[in-house]
Amino acid sequence: MVIRIQDLKKSFHNRAVIDGISIDVTKGDLVAIIGPSGCGKSTLLRCINGLETSDAGSVEVFGTELKSPSEIGQKEFQKRSLTVRQKVGMVFQNFNLFPHLTILENLIKAPMVVSQVSKTDAETKARELLKKVGLADKAHHYPDQISGGQQQRAAIARALAMNPEILLYDEPTSALDPALVQEVLRVMKQLDQEGMTQLVVTHEMRFARDVADRIVFVDHGKIVEMGSPEEIFGNPQDPRTKNFLRHFL
Amino acid sequence: MMKFLLLSLILVLSTSAFAAKAKLRWGGDIESGAPFAYTSPDDEDKLIGFEAEIVELLAKDLDMEVQFVQNSWDGLIEGLNRGDYDIVVNGVEITSDRAEVVNFSQPYYYTSETLAVRKTTNDISALEHLKDKKVGTLDASLAQRILSEQKFPIQIVGYDEEMHAYSDLALGRTQAVLLDEPIALYYAKPNTDLKLVGGPIGYMEYGIVTRKNDPAFSEKIRASLQKLIATGKIQEILERWGMWNEMTAKAWGKDTAPLTKPIAYYKFLETAAGKKTWKEKIQKYIDFLPKLLKGAVMTLEISVISMALAMFLGLLTALCRLYGNAPVRWLALTYVEIFRGTPLLIQLYLIFYGLPHVGISLEPMVAAILGLGLNYGACEAENYRAGILSIPRTQMDASAALGMNWYQSLRHIILPQAIRVVIPPVTNDFIALLKDSSLVSVISMVELTTIYGQLASTHFDYLGLGILTAAVYFIIGLPFVKLSRYFERKIMTASPQIVHEAPEKEEAEPVKTAVAAE
Repeated sequence: MVIRIQDLKKSFHNRAVIDGISIDVTKGDLVAIIGPSGCGKSTLLRCINGLETSDAGSVEVFGTELKSPSEIGQKEFQKRSLTVRQKVGMVFQNFNLFPHLTILENLIKAPMVVSQVSKTDAETKARELLKKVGLADKAHHYPDQISGGQQQRAAIARALAMNPEILLYDEPTSALDPALVQEVLRVMKQLDQEGMTQLVVTHEMRFARDVADRIVFVDHGKIVEMGSPEEIFGNPQDPRTKNFLRHFL
Repeated sequence: MMKFLLLSLILVLSTSAFAAKAKLRWGGDIESGAPFAYTSPDDEDKLIGFEAEIVELLAKDLDMEVQFVQNSWDGLIEGLNRGDYDIVVNGVEITSDRAEVVNFSQPYYYTSETLAVRKTTNDISALEHLKDKKVGTLDASLAQRILSEQKFPIQIVGYDEEMHAYSDLALGRTQAVLLDEPIALYYAKPNTDLKLVGGPIGYMEYGIVTRKNDPAFSEKIRASLQKLIATGKIQEILERWGMWNEMTAKAWGKDTAPLTKPIAYYKFLETAAGKKTWKEKIQKYIDFLPKLLKGAVMTLEISVISMALAMFLGLLTALCRLYGNAPVRWLALTYVEIFRGTPLLIQLYLIFYGLPHVGISLEPMVAAILGLGLNYGACEAENYRAGILSIPRTQMDASAALGMNWYQSLRHIILPQAIRVVIPPVTNDFIALLKDSSLVSVISMVELTTIYGQLASTHFDYLGLGILTAAVYFIIGLPFVKLSRYFERKIMTASPQIVHEAPEKEEAEPVKTAVAAE
């Protein structure tokens, strides 16, 4: 068990966005979190690495337990968040590459600043990763000089540069032209084959069905249904799941 | 403590008594020009004028050495009380208001106000003719007080430079000018378009100003002046400057007829009227350059150090406002609002002349840098804040997700981007500061504008010197504008979103992954 989410709750302006969610993630899993927009999927993801605070419940990542700051104190929350982020990388919908740095610099910045890796070592590793995601020739380009799909692959490489054990994806292909989606999904699929633990909030149902080990369907801040792709796509139990999937498949 | 002070006082006094030549620190504003005290047109480093000569005599009599300290006229008394110099001899009229805060010697000159009009004006020769007329005078002068105390309405136009008051009169912008007799004598009488009319108006006495807290020194000055008056030495000076008048003669029980020719006055008129060829003029301007450059160096020094302080304060304040807790945010906001919302001039006055009243006396240079730095720091804070706010929050998310703490994110991700945004407004502010630094002349700093004023009042060349000084400001600002352009360009190449370089054509491409290739 690498992630254990227990009865997590979070409200914005008295509206429950996450309303008692519990998920266990085992090593090497690819978990796809699906559901209608605004159902709390992104917030759930951001609670895992402490970018968002929860109101109640807990998230345990490799033994580090994140609880609401009111329970463990703001300082302790920040401290534990930093610990969690050492093991958990994140990929954003809009890539969030650093526009003032080249792709290579985007990759080596955090290893050098956070992990005190030497520039030479960081660059060697970064070039390996860029080769892996097919961007070896874009090392010295700036983010705005490459396409969206390339940017997202660079963002994945940037997350990988910190040697994470888990990757979180927040709708990684939603901002991409349909034609560019596959190149990103292919990288994720490859990482899955290599044994990376991945949590993906996505609307790519085909990808979820073909690659995910587990599907979590969330609606109104609650888990409606959870199971293998065969169970969820082949034989959905809840009418809300059926209704939702009808729009996609 | 008291004992210690007393002891050190005795030490200071005794050392000054035994020193070869003690300094007689004399405060004045040489921009006030002839005949009071001004730089010699022949030697830019020499002070001349009837007051310069009186001070020289006093020093000789007291076996001291004159050390001149420049300050703007309005700040002369405050500067004296701060201890920047020990006497003021610069056309300061003895009034009961001033006598409350400083000591005055007996008068060294008695004079009055004199009306000047255009040659063609025939209906003005006394105060009562000024009803509904536009009358020029110097700000905060006795003449202005007299004009404002009249029962009938007068449109008073205040100037801070006597030359301008008279040139405006000649141009027809005003109908009369009321000013001190010596000023009228030097600036209106030689002007062929103007004439002096009517008898003396009002009555005033110029006195030597000393601090109240040193009555012994005040008495020494008084005794020395008395000796100089009695021996006729002061009279001789006044006569040479063409200023010997009935009032002074009467007060000292002397004959009104002068004994000496007004040589200094003639010399002044010669210089003032001197028509110069273009060649001579250009030679003159070249002669001015070293002095202007000295002022420019001071201006640059003040500006660069102030700006460095402002940028540091600005960044600190912006960070406090954005990321501090409630009291820190409130403090930062208060600082910004107060220093941005009040005039720089008032801040300079408060820092230099106000703080000594609560026991904090700063050097002019320190006060100037602090004043400019604090004022511009408030502006820079807003620049930086805007710059930081312009960076999307998602950048902070991304760096946090990579494990950077708040400081690392700020240092490596947010600020490098924000600084690109603020380079143009910060450059703009630096140029503004460069120009605003001319304000520090009010706290006895001698910088470019002060030098301009001094030269202009000696050579009466407001046009040529004005252009020359403006050019110097422009030129010293230029390298900084260029530098910021250079940085901007450098950044542009490093941030293609500003270059508008078209991104590569978006098209799906097969991922050439290392593994997939196997």
